Amino acid sequence: MSIVVCAEQRDGKLRKITFEALSEGKRLAAASGETLKVLVMGSGIAGLADELKKYGADEIAVVDNEALASYTIETYAAVLAAYIEQENPALVLLGHSGAGREVAPRAAARVDCGLISDCIEIQFADGDYLFKHPVYAGKAIGTFKVAGPVRMATTRPNVFAIEESAGAGAVVEFSPEIPPAKVTVTAVNMSGGDRPELTEADIICSGGRGLGGPEAFALIEELADALGAAVGSSRAAVDAGWRDHSAQVGQTGKVVSPNLYIACGISGAIQHLAGMGSSKYIVGINKDPEANIFNVADYGVEGDLHKVVPALTAKLKEELS
Amino acid sequence: MKEVTIVKIVACIKQTFDTEAKIAIGGDGQISDEGVNLILNPYDEFAVEEAIQTKEKEGGEVVVITVGGDKAQEALRYCLAMGADRAVLVNDPALAKADSRAVALALAKVLSEKEAGFDIIFTGKEAVDDGVAQVPAQLAERLDLPLANVVTSFTLGDGKATATREIDGGSEDIEFPLPALVGAQKGLNEVRYPSLPGIMKAKRKPLDALTLADLGLSADDVAAKVEMISAELPPARQAGQRLTGEVDEVVAKLVQLLKDEAKVI
Repeated sequence: MSIVVCAEQRDGKLRKITFEALSEGKRLAAASGETLKVLVMGSGIAGLADELKKYGADEIAVVDNEALASYTIETYAAVLAAYIEQENPALVLLGHSGAGREVAPRAAARVDCGLISDCIEIQFADGDYLFKHPVYAGKAIGTFKVAGPVRMATTRPNVFAIEESAGAGAVVEFSPEIPPAKVTVTAVNMSGGDRPELTEADIICSGGRGLGGPEAFALIEELADALGAAVGSSRAAVDAGWRDHSAQVGQTGKVVSPNLYIACGISGAIQHLAGMGSSKYIVGINKDPEANIFNVADYGVEGDLHKVVPALTAKLKEELS
Repeated sequence: MKEVTIVKIVACIKQTFDTEAKIAIGGDGQISDEGVNLILNPYDEFAVEEAIQTKEKEGGEVVVITVGGDKAQEALRYCLAMGADRAVLVNDPALAKADSRAVALALAKVLSEKEAGFDIIFTGKEAVDDGVAQVPAQLAERLDLPLANVVTSFTLGDGKATATREIDGGSEDIEFPLPALVGAQKGLNEVRYPSLPGIMKAKRKPLDALTLADLGLSADDVAAKVEMISAELPPARQAGQRLTGEVDEVVAKLVQLLKDEAKVI
């Protein structure tokens, strides 16, 4: 039996979450004695196999097909399901990215197996796998079992350590039948610019109602750019129309776990804390000394963000240049 | 191209804990629902709203469907009060511990056998309880439908559907034929509140209950493959250092802590 990791590429580049899932796959393969296989799919992506070799998989299966040039849930899930049917693996891992979170369940339904999404820890013990997955956006953490023979799981971004390993095996071609996609992609609009994607970012700077208006988000953006960080938002700022919902952190937005989360003018409502409470370090900047964010912040700055944030940006530029 | 004729619009919904709810672990090591306020899953509100708006533009009827226990009737009545025409509850003790696979399987049976002839299905892109976001994709696969997921804008016209959906770092525009499944994201629409007449009318709208037997399914068919064996509360965070004083001093201290103590910059 094997552990299969389904790699994710975008525009011919492998995503960081793939290395995280692959490193975890390697650790679990060592614990369980399974072989580790990685599946990568797309069009004109055969060259990615070399980069995947750095993570020590026993086999790298490549599906290089023009029908996969544009990502659709249906086609990518069909290829993954075909590979699962061929390999009959004990465990299939994908990153819990935008694509992974929709391809995995579609493939799971196709092969009729159990899937546990958004895991923060996976263990192999007494011949079975145990999965930890936060529920209620992190207000509780559940431990799950998935009945085999095939189990599927997705790994939360920014949680599993990336480790390179030697000893990669052969690169093989996999050529399943690819059904025609019913969905046609007519345009792709990348809006993030040079900033990292929110769920993958090491540092996030977020703004809330304390900003007072949408124009003050410029302060947060400047701070983020000084740190190479992503920009997040509280629900209050999104509901006020100051920021797009794609930036919202919290129970009805994105759940993030960066190394550093800087909350500016965010009071710290329970649904926001649920979305960022697993950050390694939290900085709260708020003029209200009673703000709930100070109960969770490692460093709480009591002060007016309109003064503190620009001063912090200037100091960081000086220190990091 | 000919215009689409809409006959039946479906919204699949779930009743969840209120997002403001505090979570407690019961004596059995599982999450307790005692005293928790139950609501319509916030993302499903967008799905129901879009279903009603589609009916207002295109005609047809709106059917809301859920898998749940007796209490889930309240969530269905709420949807009926918003303006849905009728509701279906799949209620069976064998579904008490249903996983996403079992829910998708039951919904697929309702849709293919009891409610065949639907034109479009709306769901929330995920539920805020388990947060696994599996049912839309699983249901689309079981019904062999195109899936427009995490949708922030939806239009019908020229015999097809078009949508804008969120992807990591941006958005994409897609086209697809009907029937199809649409997973609603916040921003898709402004959700209405039920009006008083709406609430009164909802009491008389049909709400049908189905068991697994009605769907030709057995308890074995829906036995959970994914099982939560225990739950714990996350380690509580402690309040750390409070920095007060002149802005320049506070900022210098913060940068020093981030560099030397936290080592995150």
